[in-house]
Amino acid sequence: MSIDVQPEQTVSEPAPVPALEVRGLVKHYPGVKALDGVDLVVRQHEVLGLAGENGAGKSTLLKALVGLVRPDTGEIYVRGERVRMRSVVEAAENGIGMVFQEQSLVPNLTAAENIVLGSEGSAVRRGVYRWETMRKMAQEQLDKIGSDINPLARTDTLSFADRQMVEIAKLLRIEQRSQHPPVIILDEPTSVLESKEIETLFAQVRRLREFASVVFVSHRLDEVLDVCDRVSVLRGGQSVGELPTAGAVPAELHRMMIGSTGSDDHYHGGGVQAADRRESLLSVRGMSGATFRDVDLDVAPGEIVGIVGVHGSGREDVCRALFGAEPTTAGDVTLDGKKLDLSGTRAACAAGIGYVPAERKTEGMVGPMSVADNMVLTKQGARCTGPLVSPRKQATLVDRWIDRLSIRTPHRGTAIQRLSGGNQQKVVLARWLIAGDIKLLLLDHPTRGLDIGARSEVYRLMRELAGNGVATVLLADSLEEAIGMSDRIVVMSDGRVTKEIDCPSGAKPTPLDLVKEMV
Amino acid sequence: MTLTSPAEHVDTVVARPQPRRGVSFRDAGPPIALVVIFLAFSVLSDDFRTFTNVQNIMDTAAVLAVVTCGITFVLMMGSIDLSAPGLMGASAIAVALLVANNRNGNDLGLLGVLVAVAIAAALGCLSGLALVLLKVPSFMTTLGVSAVGLGLATLMFNGVQPNITDKMLASWAVERFLGFSYLTWIAVACILVGWLVQRYSRLGRYAYAIGGAEEVLSLSGIRVKPYKVAVFTMAGAFYGLAGVMVTSQLSAGLVQAGRGFDFQAITAAVVGGTLLTGGRGGVLHSTVGVLLVTVVINGLVQIGVSPYWQGGVQGLIVVVAVAAAVLPQRRRNQVVK
Repeated sequence: MSIDVQPEQTVSEPAPVPALEVRGLVKHYPGVKALDGVDLVVRQHEVLGLAGENGAGKSTLLKALVGLVRPDTGEIYVRGERVRMRSVVEAAENGIGMVFQEQSLVPNLTAAENIVLGSEGSAVRRGVYRWETMRKMAQEQLDKIGSDINPLARTDTLSFADRQMVEIAKLLRIEQRSQHPPVIILDEPTSVLESKEIETLFAQVRRLREFASVVFVSHRLDEVLDVCDRVSVLRGGQSVGELPTAGAVPAELHRMMIGSTGSDDHYHGGGVQAADRRESLLSVRGMSGATFRDVDLDVAPGEIVGIVGVHGSGREDVCRALFGAEPTTAGDVTLDGKKLDLSGTRAACAAGIGYVPAERKTEGMVGPMSVADNMVLTKQGARCTGPLVSPRKQATLVDRWIDRLSIRTPHRGTAIQRLSGGNQQKVVLARWLIAGDIKLLLLDHPTRGLDIGARSEVYRLMRELAGNGVATVLLADSLEEAIGMSDRIVVMSDGRVTKEIDCPSGAKPTPLDLVKEMV
Repeated sequence: MTLTSPAEHVDTVVARPQPRRGVSFRDAGPPIALVVIFLAFSVLSDDFRTFTNVQNIMDTAAVLAVVTCGITFVLMMGSIDLSAPGLMGASAIAVALLVANNRNGNDLGLLGVLVAVAIAAALGCLSGLALVLLKVPSFMTTLGVSAVGLGLATLMFNGVQPNITDKMLASWAVERFLGFSYLTWIAVACILVGWLVQRYSRLGRYAYAIGGAEEVLSLSGIRVKPYKVAVFTMAGAFYGLAGVMVTSQLSAGLVQAGRGFDFQAITAAVVGGTLLTGGRGGVLHSTVGVLLVTVVINGLVQIGVSPYWQGGVQGLIVVVAVAAAVLPQRRRNQVVK
């Protein structure tokens, strides 16, 4: 590992008290160490970038900073004083506020109400609204950030960019509560904006620096380098270093984010034969939808094709569209020579397509239901006697798959939510396998939230299925995973396929090669 | 982003939510429908377009309008309130026994009205408390409190119907001002008060916000529970007044004074554009809904449809209105979850 860790001491001028400092933050979740001793310094009046791959611990860290997550150990200092925050309100009293990725505005209230929400002061006297006072108050905040939004407009009539301005204006009111320059955290603020709006936002961020400190999180490294003074990098829940942005290039930053690539073994790639790609099992021609356009994609039997792309590239929606879960406006999709009906998920199931959604807990499984019930959820008819389900035959079938995938569960009747994430995911996968008719697997972040051991087992299972001729489309959790598992990688950007890269065992591209194509 | 479905913006490569225009069809629809239906019946029936019939419609609508005023705030929060029949029954009997009547020597007059309203408000408060403290869904708490109200009314009723002899209360249903009964004017006053609360009070605005995004309020450090209880209390007060109005109409206190008003009020609110999921609509929307429902039923009778059709027609109206209201959301749900 050759990481350019720049120690704090290299800063020559006598450093004033940092606006916010984090020391040795640790947070465990069952099976995962989300934060493993994170250090972070946010100086006064600087824009600090926070970079890291999915699962590096960024969002857990941010939540800890605003009191939504309580760390196991570690300290947080605000202007040199140790603080404990148990809620967003306490964070606000300490002058820390965050613009959430999912915006936190009440859509049916006016912008002004949202801005003063919870701290109305003189705008509401004895429970009675003074709209004029409130409008002026909100206008004052909006003027600070130079926004020309009508404060009395209903929030859900505003564009996303304007809503973000409202959020920032709302956040700036924490100045009044803490009597200090605030620290403002922007979590992926550009992901929903058009490029023109992004420029406006950047201008705002630079302006904010005058009277606040900003923590800026984005997947787009060029943006991070553009708008930030300094970038801190997280990897695997640890701080791995920081980088002044002046003169830095995205590649440099990315090298820090991914570190050294692990050995190929992890992905069970040894001895994998390249799939015969002469005939494709899945063939997609010119598929378009709301977030993607003219997508062509071929997957051969036994082939694993990874789709990579930054946030907003549309790859998730392509995956869902193939399963009939997202509407399409155009395109021909054939599976095994037969035209595929994309109007609903039922047709996809019947055609032998399996989909493992990214949100396992909400979309992948029914938590309180048993392992057995979850496994036969889709293919109820897998063991039927006439029109009736045979519980005995189903039980035998379920037990066989529990055994075959070595799912660690006390019993097939155990509620699935009591299993570990890895075992849950194996049940979700088994759902598509029990009927024995699976042809194509769509895996949307199949290893999200799993620890290394469980990941490895999921990888092994994927290899085994591919060996049996199942075609796989993989949206990997990280670039390394995409490279490690895929026979071929398709790069998507802004809803289009921009590049295909062969990825055979022994001649893998580096993450850097992919990043060049992605941004 | 969960706020807007990408499916709605097919033309852009990457989904961007477009700003919506100020007045949506959902806001303008019910008033337009009201005018159209009113004109249609006017053409179809000579009896319908008389001033007497308009007076009739207004007098019929008065009680429902007051009930709907109260229920609107509950619906705006995304809760539901089925307690109107019980609360109205309790206040109807209570007021009949408190003003001059044939059962006892009480003659409290306006004070009696206030006490009856207060009883209903207290019962409404009970619904709210059960909701926020015991975390029982409003559907169940209000159903229970309705039964409590009916029980209370039955106890007070005690087998003998109280007939009112109070001049003031009896005059409400009979005396007219500018051609409309006092009850109609009371309803108008209630609508005005309701609108002011909705527009200018923290209570009303928060009720609205709770229906829009309750979590955001909590994240902003606002304690939501007191407002929920207050909304149920206020709704109870409106039901109480409605119960008093029914007693005035019947000149007697009846346990069954509020029968059917829960469903009618929900129908009216929904038809007027208040969403059952909360966060949309308001008192004025609901008032339009009340008029719509009343006009349809009155009109059907005027053109010769048997009154026995009323119940069924009302049921159809509410199902169609709810279906129309959720139609724009349906595809989004399919995509989101």
